[in-house]
Amino acid sequence: MSDTNAPAKAKDGDIVVEKKGDTKKQQVTDPSLNMDELRDLANLVIQHGFTDFEFENENIRVRLSKAVQVVAAAQTVAAPPVVIPSATNQPPVPAQEPVVDADAGLYKITSPIVGTFYRSPGPDKESYVSEGSNVSPETTVCIVEAMKLMNEIQAEVSGEVVKIYVENGQPVEYGQPLFGIKK
Amino acid sequence: MREIRKILIANRGEIANRIIWTCKEMGIKTVAVFSEADREALHVRYADEALCIGPAASAVSYLNIPSIISAAEITNVDAIHPGYGFLAESATFAKICEDCNIKFIGPRPDVIAMMGDKVEARRTMTAAGVPILPGSPEPIESPEEARLLALEIGFPLIIKAAAGGGGRGMRIVREEAELASNLELAQTEALNAFKNGSVYIERYIERPRHIEIQVLADEHGNVIHLGERECTIQRRHQKLLEEAPSPAISKELRDQMGAVAVKACQEIGYSSAGTFEFLLDEDDSFYFMEMNTRIQVEHPVTEMVTLADIVRNQIRIATGEVVGYTQEEVQIVGHSIECRINAEDPVKFTPSPGKITAFNIPGGPGVRVDTAVYPGYVVPPYYDSMIAKLIVHARTRELAIARMSRALDMMVVEGIKTTIPLHQKIMADENFQKGNFSTKFMEEFKYEI
Repeated sequence: MSDTNAPAKAKDGDIVVEKKGDTKKQQVTDPSLNMDELRDLANLVIQHGFTDFEFENENIRVRLSKAVQVVAAAQTVAAPPVVIPSATNQPPVPAQEPVVDADAGLYKITSPIVGTFYRSPGPDKESYVSEGSNVSPETTVCIVEAMKLMNEIQAEVSGEVVKIYVENGQPVEYGQPLFGIKK
Repeated sequence: MREIRKILIANRGEIANRIIWTCKEMGIKTVAVFSEADREALHVRYADEALCIGPAASAVSYLNIPSIISAAEITNVDAIHPGYGFLAESATFAKICEDCNIKFIGPRPDVIAMMGDKVEARRTMTAAGVPILPGSPEPIESPEEARLLALEIGFPLIIKAAAGGGGRGMRIVREEAELASNLELAQTEALNAFKNGSVYIERYIERPRHIEIQVLADEHGNVIHLGERECTIQRRHQKLLEEAPSPAISKELRDQMGAVAVKACQEIGYSSAGTFEFLLDEDDSFYFMEMNTRIQVEHPVTEMVTLADIVRNQIRIATGEVVGYTQEEVQIVGHSIECRINAEDPVKFTPSPGKITAFNIPGGPGVRVDTAVYPGYVVPPYYDSMIAKLIVHARTRELAIARMSRALDMMVVEGIKTTIPLHQKIMADENFQKGNFSTKFMEEFKYEI
């Protein structure tokens, strides 16, 4: 996935998404809406269960819909599947190009319990996994602590850790995505 | 004294919303917990924080103690309000909260356990001077024993299978001459149906009313009652509507029943809000059925006539404050009726979950709606079917009935079936209007919609 093509600059592109249960507001402040931010935005929209989200100003139009396709007018051609902000006012091209959710195809490891997420067995210890780590079903990927008990969470699939959705020490709810695994 | 700045509400639906209202008024932060089926629930949106605690099934979400306690810990709450149903009367849950240093808004675990055990509760209440329905404490051994007991208990009486339930294995005996033969038949039936021929006998009330007394007790021994609620209109032991005060209760009887309830609370060391349920006979004799150690669905009618906020009182009591009013200061003003609006067919009572396409609540003087639904909300099939409580208050019972009729007419719910038409028929019924009814009302009530 490449974001080396210089993304178009949007003028007033601030998007604020607030997540319940998480005291941090996630703010996409960089008006040049880059790839990572768009991916994060897509994740948040999907987590919240929205079916549609649309944002438009004179330079850019972004639309995310639940069919897990991100449809955007692409000015520059990039290797599919990729999300590219538009620099023109072309109407969005319905996905004949396989422009899809950045996380499509990723297996999500979600928290089976309510608790606190930790990346390593102890404060001075190494993380169980990082981005790029390979895992097998029995690999312990993290700990979710609940009521003073440390629960080891297993991957349950084989693949590569591509995304880590939460931060060390963050409270997590039932079903909250923790890792994205490419199988 | 303890400070309560943040409360986790271990419940859903309208009561979760109800608790949020009072917390907002008191400046207390709220944490909502929800199952995956309740992501779009109203209480989730109104709470200051919200956490998913499990999948749709109650057993793994709203009844999931580790999940709820974990949620309480990571959000740093001071207290948990259990609402009604779910874990509200779980002594285990109350004890775990205590062990985890989270204040459970309700009575102590041992009191919950005691009143939750029917046999234990009856024993305790008898010791506290509360009238119990006369009956045999142990299964009947012989016809002679039955005869002697019947002389004490009086007729009519009912023979019940010890292992029975749900209305099965019961025989009503109206005269002594019928006793011996019915006893034998009952024992045989019980043996055949339940593999256990043990039977009890108990006084039978032909046309009882269900009257309950609301109590408030603090942790310093102060107890008051807030009068009665009339809950006689029931279908298969489910309340359909309630009112306060009861048309069948005089001030003297209220004072008498209230005093009995207050004394019992003092004897058992009760604290927080609670309700004593009684059966009332046509001669004004009353008998203890059970005590609910929690806030009840129908608490709003008491709130309307006494101007009390029962949730607020529960929270204040939990911080260690005293009840704050004397019995003399409790005034019953006017009349209040509550209709439970369920997502059900009004004739067949089959559940009607689905999407609510239109929802318009009535307003105007003396109308209160406690609900957790909104236009576009999808009523999930996993939980109980009550979607709203429509409550009215007026100066007299007659005016309250007229107000309720008007409010029911102007309450619009589309997309699902509701029991609104049934309530309209009940309001229009002559016997209801006269205040003339027993728990047999719904059996005998004929209506068409």
